[in-house]
Amino acid sequence: MSQAKLTIESLSLSYSKGTSPALRDVTLGIEENSLMAFIGPSGCGKSTFLRCLNRMNDFVRGVEITGRVLLDGKDIYAPDVDVTSLRRRVGMVFQRPNPFPFSIRENVAYGPKLLGERDRGKLGEVVERSLRNSGLWEEVKDRLDAQASSLSGGQQQRLCIARAIAVEPEVLLMDEPTSALDPMATARIEELARELKKFYTVAIVTHNMQQAARVSDHTAFFLMGELVEHGPTTKIFTTPSDRRTEDYITGRFG
Amino acid sequence: MPERGEARRLSETAPRRIITVMAMSGVLVMAFILLFLLREGMPILKGASITELATGRLWYPVSAPPLFGMMPLIAGSLAVTLTSSALAIPFGVALALFLTEICPKRISGFFKITLEILGFLPSVVLGFIGMVVIAPFLQVRLELLSGLNLMNASMLLGVMILPTVATLSEESLHAVPQSQRDASYALGATRCETMFKVVLPGASRGIAQAAILGLMRALGETMVVLMASGGAALLPQSVFDPVRPLTSAIAAEMGETSVGSAHYHALFFMGCILLLFTLALNMLVIKIESRGEAD
Amino acid sequence: MKETVNHEAVSEGFPMSGLSKSSDMGPVRPGYALWRKAADSLSTFLLWAAMAFVATVLCSILSFLAARGGGSLSWEFVTEPPRNGMTEGGIVTPIVGTLQLIFVSMCFAFPVGVTTAVYFNEYARGGALKNTLRLAMRSLASIPSVVLGLFGLAFFCAFLRFGASLLSAGLTLGCMVLPTIVTASETALANVPQDYRDAAHALGATEWQTIYGVVLPSAFPGIITGGILSVGRVAGETAPIMFTGAVYFAPGFARNLFDSVMALPYHVYVLATAGTNIERTTPLQYGTILVLLAVVLGISMVGMAARSRLRKDVL
Repeated sequence: MSQAKLTIESLSLSYSKGTSPALRDVTLGIEENSLMAFIGPSGCGKSTFLRCLNRMNDFVRGVEITGRVLLDGKDIYAPDVDVTSLRRRVGMVFQRPNPFPFSIRENVAYGPKLLGERDRGKLGEVVERSLRNSGLWEEVKDRLDAQASSLSGGQQQRLCIARAIAVEPEVLLMDEPTSALDPMATARIEELARELKKFYTVAIVTHNMQQAARVSDHTAFFLMGELVEHGPTTKIFTTPSDRRTEDYITGRFG
Repeated sequence: MPERGEARRLSETAPRRIITVMAMSGVLVMAFILLFLLREGMPILKGASITELATGRLWYPVSAPPLFGMMPLIAGSLAVTLTSSALAIPFGVALALFLTEICPKRISGFFKITLEILGFLPSVVLGFIGMVVIAPFLQVRLELLSGLNLMNASMLLGVMILPTVATLSEESLHAVPQSQRDASYALGATRCETMFKVVLPGASRGIAQAAILGLMRALGETMVVLMASGGAALLPQSVFDPVRPLTSAIAAEMGETSVGSAHYHALFFMGCILLLFTLALNMLVIKIESRGEAD
Repeated sequence: MKETVNHEAVSEGFPMSGLSKSSDMGPVRPGYALWRKAADSLSTFLLWAAMAFVATVLCSILSFLAARGGGSLSWEFVTEPPRNGMTEGGIVTPIVGTLQLIFVSMCFAFPVGVTTAVYFNEYARGGALKNTLRLAMRSLASIPSVVLGLFGLAFFCAFLRFGASLLSAGLTLGCMVLPTIVTASETALANVPQDYRDAAHALGATEWQTIYGVVLPSAFPGIITGGILSVGRVAGETAPIMFTGAVYFAPGFARNLFDSVMALPYHVYVLATAGTNIERTTPLQYGTILVLLAVVLGISMVGMAARSRLRKDVL
C-alpha cells in the first residue's frame, strides 16, 4: 500500500447557513499514483467533493467548509496556503470541454506562461509533451495554430487534459470528463486516465458505474452528501459491505 | 358561405399589409435623410472641388468671397473624437471588467444605475459644466488664454460616451462562459490573469463593437463641443488649443445662414461628411457582428 | 488478471507509447510569484478606484448643480413666463414647449416604432425587405443628432413647408428615437411566450386577432417602458431642434402645430451662451438646468424602475 497523497478528514460543506449540508463528515485517503473513482446518483455531492480538493468551491458565495484536506500532509485550507499554487499542484478537467478561444498551442501554453515561462523553445517542448501525453499530438501536430474550437468534442476534452498536465500537477481531478462525449471519445479518455495515473494521482467523478469499474483502482460511493463506502474497486463491485452500495451498483436506484 | 370566407381572408391580409407598409416608413425616413442631405449638400461642389473643400485651411464662410476650407473643422472633429475615445474607451472597459469580475453582486446594481444616470445626463448640461467649471479651472491652473479647448470638450465627451462603452462591454464580458473562467482558475491563475488573459480576449469582438459605437457617438455629439471646445476653426497644435468640430460649426452657423446660400450648402456638405463617417463606422460594427455569428 | 492484460493492450494502441514527465515546472524567475500576487491586488484596487471615480464625478456634478440652482427654484419659477429680455421671471414657456415636443414626437415615433417591431417579430419572414428595414433602423440609430436636425430643416421645414415649428421639431425628434422604440418593443414582443400564440391560433384566432388580442397586450408593459425611456431622451436633446422649431424666445405657448416653441434644453443653451447679461441670468441658468435634469432624470428613472419590475416579473 503506497502512501496517501490526499487525506480528507471529516470534511463537511454547506452552501449557505442553515441549509442541510451538501457533504457530511467525509473521511477518505487517496493513494499516490492511483486512480480513484467517485460514484453515486446525481446530487449526491461527489462533484462538490471533488471541487473541495482544489478549492474551486471558494468562489461560491456563502459556502462553509469544515474539516481538513491534506495534500502531502499539509492542510490546503490552512490560512497561509496560496490558492493559486495549490491549483497548479491539483489540476482539474471539467464536465464539458472548455478550451479557451485561442489556438491549440496557446491553450496548452497558457499554464506554463502564467508561471512565467517565456522561452519559446521550452514552451514548444511543454506543448508537445503535454499533447503527446494526452494522446492528441498525432492528430494536431500539423495545425497547432488552429482554433481549439475547430476540434471535435473528444479532442477538445483531451486538449483540456493536455492543458491541465502542462503545468505538471501532482493530482488530476476529473469531473465527469466523458459526460458530454460519444462512446468512442469516451473510450479514449478512459485509456488516457489509466495511463495518466503512472505520473499523477487521479480522481475521477463519474455517474457511469461501468466506467468506474473499468478504469479505477479504488472506488468511493457517495449518497446524499455522505461517503457510504470506499475501497478497492473489485471489492466494491463484487462484495460491497453496505446494503445501499449493493442496491446502487445492482441498479435498484439512481 | 363564400362571403364569410372572403371577409375572413380580408381580415387576415389587411392588417398584414397595413403593418408592412407602416413599418417601411423607417426605410423611407432613412432614404429621405440620405436624399435631402445630398440634395442640399452637393450644390457646394459647383463652386469648389472636393479637394479644395477638404484640404483648404481657411474657414471664412461669411467673408467676401467666402472661403470654405473644411480641413480645420474635420481635424477638430477627429481630434476631439480620438482624444475623448482614448480617455473613455480604456476607462469604460475597466468599468465593465469591474462590474462583471470584481464587484460583489449585492452592490453591482447600484453602480449600474450610476452609469445609466450618467448616460441620461443631457449633453447641454455637460456642456454647461464645461463652461462654468472646467474652463475656469483649466484657465487658472494651466494659465491658458481660454479654458474652452480640445481638452475640455474631450473630457466631457469622454464622460458622455463612457456609459455606452461600459454597458456594451459589460454585456460582452458577461457572455464569456463561466467554464472558461473556471478552467483558468483551475490552472492556478489569479483573478487578474483570468480577467486579462481569458475573459477580455474572449470578449474582444464585443468590446471592439462597443469602442466603435463610442467613437461614433463622440463624432456626432454636438452640444458639448459647441459649448466647451472654444470654437476656433484652426488646426489644433496641442490638446489645449481651441477647436471647431464639424458638429459645432453646423449648430453654431446654421441659424445665421439664409436657405440656399453657399454657406448653407457648405454646412449640409459637412452633414454629409458626418453621415458618411458614422454610416461607415456603423457598417464596420455590423460586419464585426456578422463575423461573430459566423463563428 | 484479465484486467491487466486488457490494460497492456490499450497502452500498445496509444499513439505515443509511454508518458514522459519533466519536473522543472516551478517559478521561472525568482520573485515572479510575488509579482503575480502584487499585480492581482493592484488591478483589483485600480478597478475599484475607477468605479469610485465615476460615481464621484456623477455625484459632484449633481450636487454642484443642486447647490447652485436650488435657491432659484420656486413655484413662480416654474409657473411664470420669462420677463424682461429673459433676465427675470420663470420658465413655464420652455417647460410647456418641451412637453409639447414630447407629445408630437411620440405621436409619430410610438405607433410607427411599435408597428415596425410587430412587423419584425410577427410578420417578417427574412428576405430582402426585412434586411433593408433592419439596416435602415440601425443606420438611423447611428446618425448624429445634428445631422437629423439638418434633415428636419431641409425636409420638414423647407420641403414640406412646415416651417420652423412644433411639428417640424417634434417629427425630427421622433425620427431620432424611432430606433430606440423599435428595439425596446421588439424585445418585449420576443419575450411573449410562443405558447400564447399557439393557444390563440388553436382557438381559431386569425393572425391579426392573435397579435392584437394576445401578443400586444402581454408585451405592452415592456413596450411602454421602452417608450418612457425614449421620452427621457427627447426631453434632453438640443441639437435636432435648434433649427427646426425651437426658438430663442417666444411670447407665449405654441397654440398650434405650426407655431414655434421654446424648449428647456435649448433655453439652457441660450441662457448660457447668448445672454448679453450673463451675470444677471446666472440664477436662471442653474434653475433651468435643475428643472431640465428633474424632467429628464425623473422620466428616465420611472422608466428604469418599470424595467426592473418587469425583469423581476419575467424571472
